[in-house]
Amino acid sequence: MTGNDKQLFSLNYLDVISRQDTALHRLDPRAKVLTACAFIVVIMSFGKYEVSALLPFFLFPAVMIGRGNLPAAYLARKLLFILPFALLIGLANPVFDREALLRVGSVSISGGWVSCCSIVVRFVLTALAALILIATTGFMGVCAVLERLGLPRVFTVQLLFIHRYLFVLTDEAARMSRARAMRSFGIRGMTLKTFCPLVGHLLLRTIDRAQRIYLAMVSRGFSGSFKISSTLRFGRRELFFTAGWTAAFLLMRMVNLPQILGRAVEGLVR
Amino acid sequence: MSHHIIEVAGLCYSYPDGTQALRGVSFRAVHGESVAVIGANGAGKSTLLVHLNGYLMPSQGKIRIGDLPLTKGTLQDIRRTVGMIFQDPDDQLFMPTVYDDVAFGPINLGLPPDEVDARVNKALDLVEVPHLKNKPPYRLSGGEKRRVAIATVISMSPDILVLDEPTTGLDPLARRQLIGLLGNFHHTKIIASHDLDMVADLCERTIVLHEGAIRADGPTADIFRDDALLAACRLEKPLSMQGCPVCGAQQAKEPSCAK
Repeated sequence: MTGNDKQLFSLNYLDVISRQDTALHRLDPRAKVLTACAFIVVIMSFGKYEVSALLPFFLFPAVMIGRGNLPAAYLARKLLFILPFALLIGLANPVFDREALLRVGSVSISGGWVSCCSIVVRFVLTALAALILIATTGFMGVCAVLERLGLPRVFTVQLLFIHRYLFVLTDEAARMSRARAMRSFGIRGMTLKTFCPLVGHLLLRTIDRAQRIYLAMVSRGFSGSFKISSTLRFGRRELFFTAGWTAAFLLMRMVNLPQILGRAVEGLVR
Repeated sequence: MSHHIIEVAGLCYSYPDGTQALRGVSFRAVHGESVAVIGANGAGKSTLLVHLNGYLMPSQGKIRIGDLPLTKGTLQDIRRTVGMIFQDPDDQLFMPTVYDDVAFGPINLGLPPDEVDARVNKALDLVEVPHLKNKPPYRLSGGEKRRVAIATVISMSPDILVLDEPTTGLDPLARRQLIGLLGNFHHTKIIASHDLDMVADLCERTIVLHEGAIRADGPTADIFRDDALLAACRLEKPLSMQGCPVCGAQQAKEPSCAK
């Protein structure tokens, strides 16, 4: 397997684990989407210097990973893969925001570092929530629910097409890079002279392929929307799940548990 | 009244780059007939096939499927009547599981969930792969993919099947099984192929395309006996009609050199 193939397989893997049969997977997708949205909104509502109050929120992904039988190591690897983007945003903060915010012994920590840390923690939490949502619901399921909850169809169909053609694109790219590697006799890396035509060709080939797939879709009555056959049911379990977690998020938002815990420990020491 | 008739009259098509792919193709296939469309690469076979379910609209000429002329307004009905099976099953299978893929057509037809379920199961039973239901399509073997691709079309209960190169890329046994499977279908069938032995097995009638026009149209046995015609169209007799490669004798009931 080449590196590209492996990457593609691990992308598929998210879809594979979304087809497990646990109580969490069986839950109506709407409950999971709403809960994930609530989670993300609450996380985003925190101030920019907040770090400690965010920590209790790791409870949610931890419980989901446990109950949904999800591979934690795999999710962590996916997170690492996109972490640079968050760091890129956060790393400018220590440069511009140098005002000392807290002191640990003789070392003072500037507000910039604290807010950078806050960005990374928030990123990890929200990205993890999104990954877990897809790993328990499947991409199709999420899109179908978003449409049902009122997201315009243009967006959901667009998302589904991106998801579908991503595989087509990586597939073609893997094949072309394999063909190139087999005739370049150990010369690693690509010169601009081979790279440019390769990318151009890739575009043309994927357009061709995408057209054939689209033809297959219209031949089977596709008329602009994906329809999901499974009947949805928002029952008591779903209500309990959504309401329970949302209440927990609000509680964690209003009460800074680590701070209370810290004060209690401090009080005991004195 | 029958939905199973295909009527093509004076069909011409030019691609946007100016290539004239079809130049006045006319034929009529009746209820239950199996018609092969053969010809060299670039003869216009695939272009002809995609016209039959309205993916391409004729530049000139007319197509009738059953009682309906092919127009923008009748497109949905025609696509339900004509089931199209593509050369590359990877192009045809695009949903996350085999079940979803086979259900895609029936759901788009607006059928109720239990009817969709019944149709999916029936189609998968018919192509003898009910055990693949929950697998993702990209994990299947070539032969399995081909069967599932056929099921995705059968689940819409089409009256006419259009198949583009159904046997390419299959191992000999999978090919033989597919031929058996297609032989059991009572649909009107249009099959484009280079596999002339399969054509000899499945189709009583053959249309030979050459440079976008029909060069010959008649009983398959007659066409395959016409050496001059086949040579002019860059074709060869099917292997089963050629002499034995060891002793040169024509194949009789028993292979002639097997003693």
